[in-house]
Amino acid sequence: MSDTLGTDTAPGQRQSQGTSRVGGTATAVPPTPPRAAGRRRGRARMRFEIALLSGPAIFMFVAFVIFPVALAAYYGFFRWQGYGPATDWVGLNNYRLIFTDPAFQQVLWHNFLIAGLSLVIQGPLAIILALLLNQKIRGRSVIRVLIFVPYVISEVIVGTGWSLMLQASGALNDLLAHIGLGSLQQDWLADPKLAIWTLMAIISWKYIGFAVILMLAGLQSIPEEIYEAAQIDGASYWQMQRRITLPLLAPTIRIWGFLSIIGSLQLFDLVYIVWGQYVAGTAGTSTMAIYMVAQGRDAGNYGYGSAVAVVMFLISLIVALIYQRFVLRRDLRGAVTEGAV
Amino acid sequence: MSATSAEPWSSAAKRRTPPGRRDSRAGRRRAGNPFTYFAALLFIAICIAPVLYIVIGGFRTTAQITASPAGLPHPWVVGNYTGVLTSVTFWGELANSTVVALASTLGIVVLGVMVSFVLARYDFKLKGAMYSLFAAGLMFPLVIAITPLYIVIKDLGLIDSLGGVIIPQIAFGLPTTVIILVPFLRAIPKEIEEAAAIDGTSRLGFFFRMVIPLSLPGVVTVGILAFIGSWNNYVLPLYILNSQANFTLPLGVQMFSSQYSQDTAKVLAFTSLAMLPALVFFSIFQKRIVGGLTGAVKG
Repeated sequence: MSDTLGTDTAPGQRQSQGTSRVGGTATAVPPTPPRAAGRRRGRARMRFEIALLSGPAIFMFVAFVIFPVALAAYYGFFRWQGYGPATDWVGLNNYRLIFTDPAFQQVLWHNFLIAGLSLVIQGPLAIILALLLNQKIRGRSVIRVLIFVPYVISEVIVGTGWSLMLQASGALNDLLAHIGLGSLQQDWLADPKLAIWTLMAIISWKYIGFAVILMLAGLQSIPEEIYEAAQIDGASYWQMQRRITLPLLAPTIRIWGFLSIIGSLQLFDLVYIVWGQYVAGTAGTSTMAIYMVAQGRDAGNYGYGSAVAVVMFLISLIVALIYQRFVLRRDLRGAVTEGAV
Repeated sequence: MSATSAEPWSSAAKRRTPPGRRDSRAGRRRAGNPFTYFAALLFIAICIAPVLYIVIGGFRTTAQITASPAGLPHPWVVGNYTGVLTSVTFWGELANSTVVALASTLGIVVLGVMVSFVLARYDFKLKGAMYSLFAAGLMFPLVIAITPLYIVIKDLGLIDSLGGVIIPQIAFGLPTTVIILVPFLRAIPKEIEEAAAIDGTSRLGFFFRMVIPLSLPGVVTVGILAFIGSWNNYVLPLYILNSQANFTLPLGVQMFSSQYSQDTAKVLAFTSLAMLPALVFFSIFQKRIVGGLTGAVKG
């Protein structure tokens, strides 16, 4: 690794690239022109430092993130029970099965539905709440801590708590009866027409704090002078929000959207805890990850599970690239594909 | 991206500005009216009510809960909580969660700072590719790689050991860490590095003596995020850990709630004690988390 990481350009050239205002400063400090031998030694030393500092992280990342994904691509071509060498080559058969399985089409639809609804429900709500909380009110810092609480609690605990509350004989139905809205009582978890909306409510509850905090951070980075100028020009509060806040908040909104979509495509914990793998199918809340676990690990069919993982990976990648190409273009300037350096 | 790379520092400076300036800034907007307070309170109530339900429910008996699911404890009983607190299972799982979280955090922070330093302050050909590698990793959390990861861990003989959870968590924690830390490290003024070089400090010396102390705010942020992420992780332990002696708290909560599915009050008590450490940890460090996320999003 260390050989390939070094650079062949001389220090002078490196400086003249000038695009980056970061590295390479230590070598540029001596004002006298460095002798060739010293330069070579300096370069070798730099290579050594780069290898020493980045080697462990790159090794871990490649071995436990990149390699498993590559391995999944390999096992995806086999019928394989998870032990011994994979010998039963089935070609693209696993992939053919995935895409022709109505159950997979259903979970894929659920994932995209969840992603879309998350954007539509959480986005506007988070912006409105952030605008409200950005005003001068008492206890702002306490409020910020409290709205972040659902995000900090683990999915398992959120799922356990909500599933107890939402049972047919649970706290929510009891509460509705007490306040005279007994007619609204529902079987929140098992009714297939309702369950996906119950899931959306739990997701919104869990993740909106994160969205609000991001939006608040975005709001606070908007320069004060712009509002002052607008006020002098006689702009009203709502005009300022519409013409200044929203456009300047757009980068934050777009990045939040990206995180939200990717998170929705990989949703697993909450559904698995609240509905379990078998009930999730009949309640209509199953996701790709649930399908992967049920068909792969639980069915002992690791080849098929790997193929599902590859499909999930590719779908996320395609969505991420499309989003980056058409939405994030202006914000990232190729941070993902080209590197931000 | 590079235009905003100095952001963590300036936003840190913003946080440090005397309250007077912030007040005038907020006051210039329309001051809070009753509607604002009402909306804020309603929002907080929605956020907190389910958590309170779990905590308060633990003080009731299952008979009380069955009779009136949404009621308050009458009388308050502490038996569920003391029962959990005197059980070996809870403390064992708490210890496992702590070991896993601390080891993962340490690994993520140490490896993350080292590689971020290279990405932020060295110039070499493959720098862009290296950054892209980690940035792409950000898009693919653990769930996607869980099946093959299980196979890798199994081949390494680490199934049903805490190490089998810690190692992948470090690997999957690196992308976030790199994305947050690189802008922090890049924003350390060049003059400091030049001054150190003139004084005869090597770049590695600069790294240990200047970079680590100066990037402490960013390091603390990624450390907290890593800790909470590890504390709450469910999928990986679900695959890797088989025996109850090795369970972490999320697995323990799930196990407990299926084991005592008839005893709701007990489950609620166990659940609220399991979420307590993460909540305490978060409320101590919440400013850092929020600040770090700000830097991450803009970086």
